[in-house]
Amino acid sequence: MRSEGRLFRSSLRLFGALYVGLLVGLPVGSVVYRALAPGIPSAWRAVTTPAGVHALVLTLEETAVAVALNTVFGVGIALVLARHRFPGASVLEMLVDLPLSISPVVVGLAILLCYSSTEGWLGPWLATHGVHVLFAFPGIVMASAFVSLPYVVREVTPVLVELGDEQEQAASTLGAGPWTVFWRITLPSIRWGLAYGVLLTTARILGEFGAISVVSGDIIGHTQTLTQFVDTDLTNFDPAGAYAGALLLGLISMMVLTALSFSRSKEKRSI
Amino acid sequence: MSIVVESISKRFGSVVAIEDISFEVPAGSLMALLGPSGGGKSTVLRVIAGLEVPDSGQVHIDGEDVTHVPARSRGVGFCFQHYAPFRHMTVWENVAFGLKVRHRPKPEINERVNELLDLVRLSGLSTRYPAQLSGGQRQRMALARALAVEPRVLLLDEPFGALDAQVRRELRSWLRELHDEVQVTTVLVTHDQEEAMEVADQIAVISEGRLEQVGTPSECYDHPVNEFVLRFLGPATRHDDTWVRPHDLLLSREPEPGARPGVVERVVQLGFEVRVEVVYGDGTDSYVQLARRAFDDLGLRIGDDVFVVHAASQPAPTARGVGHL
Repeated sequence: MRSEGRLFRSSLRLFGALYVGLLVGLPVGSVVYRALAPGIPSAWRAVTTPAGVHALVLTLEETAVAVALNTVFGVGIALVLARHRFPGASVLEMLVDLPLSISPVVVGLAILLCYSSTEGWLGPWLATHGVHVLFAFPGIVMASAFVSLPYVVREVTPVLVELGDEQEQAASTLGAGPWTVFWRITLPSIRWGLAYGVLLTTARILGEFGAISVVSGDIIGHTQTLTQFVDTDLTNFDPAGAYAGALLLGLISMMVLTALSFSRSKEKRSI
Repeated sequence: MSIVVESISKRFGSVVAIEDISFEVPAGSLMALLGPSGGGKSTVLRVIAGLEVPDSGQVHIDGEDVTHVPARSRGVGFCFQHYAPFRHMTVWENVAFGLKVRHRPKPEINERVNELLDLVRLSGLSTRYPAQLSGGQRQRMALARALAVEPRVLLLDEPFGALDAQVRRELRSWLRELHDEVQVTTVLVTHDQEEAMEVADQIAVISEGRLEQVGTPSECYDHPVNEFVLRFLGPATRHDDTWVRPHDLLLSREPEPGARPGVVERVVQLGFEVRVEVVYGDGTDSYVQLARRAFDDLGLRIGDDVFVVHAASQPAPTARGVGHL
């Protein structure tokens, strides 16, 4: 019986490893191999072209702004969902979850329709006030924030529900105002859940392609992000740039993933 | 600082939590809000604290109408049933919190926190986190935290509810000593009548959102205003169609004026007391609680004929039971 159990466990492990290896490991490995095959200096040259550097900088900027927005508003929405019962709460919850199931291309199209400066709902009015959303930085940020909206909300809401509001009430009887309660009690209590949500958001935005490619216009050296840089180089038969760009994206993701597993272990320990 | 609660009512949706409750807690005294779970006691406490706003009625603390003053400006110390410790702060930081948000100078905070940790006997554990404390220690930390800001009144929601029996008894007498030492007007919520009797100067019995009786423990115990208070505050048994305390019933082997004849049906030894269950000719029954000595003197056995009379209608008791007070 016992040896049978052991056999079962080790074959299960083998199948798991085989599946992930074939599905994820091998393709990613081949990208790393192709990128580095001509040597590190030439890979470096391929991504340090003006277009490559610009794509990297734009990606980092757009990620920073969208993550900041979703952190602030995500915590706010989580507080509303966890602490208040109100009509329409389930609608709000559904809207928050929508980006998980809707295709990024559709997200991009929706933004395009709403903010088009000629026939959109808000676009013409914004254009007359000098604000251009589409084919510009605001549109890229908007698309990024849209697709990554659920992560902070989904990570923080259950933590807040589990936490309850007694500590906050205790703090208020001790003389703390609402802001003090938030900064000294609520925020420290949700910090690891929030960190996890922020990192998921970051990872999601870094890899976003579909929604951004619809709204950004993909203008090289202007509105082209890293994922689009990879795509453009690939279709332009410049594989060296594509491989090197992909490797760069992969490296950034690896850093985020490392931070992610660290924050997850912290979160588990703090509960 | 006295507390005056004036005909407060509160409903949650269509559920009436409390209705028209009024009482007064004299400065420096300890009042227990006693009643069954879900009867509205905690809501009364939360209204006094400012954590709930009553639909009608007023709350006065030290003569000042605080009904619409937010909790943080009322100067109350509140201890939650599950203590609500700040989990990300050490014991020391928990106790210091109220002083820090009031921007008191550092030396003063240090002095006050150390003083309070001494008072609640947690000085050695000041760098621990709440998760590393026992239930009783968390309870004492919560008390120190509430007392740190020198509250005008101290409000305790089921302070010993989550503790085991032994710790509970210890903390109970400790709380009474602490109260006598600190002399802060205190209201505590409990569903345990023994706890209320032991620690409180006055008891307010609350049931189904209504105030049944306010009085000293012995007033409520000996002169309950209704059957509910009588039955909630101590043991009760039926005798001649009324509820009486089983230790107010007297047993005798000889017929006496006004006594009902019956047969001993069951005898239960309860340590220093004995419970004798008697069944009458008409099929009704009651139980009598008496001291071990008195029981032994009577030499009763199951099946013996006895006569039962209520002490109030019998000036010279033959075998008086032992009271709880």
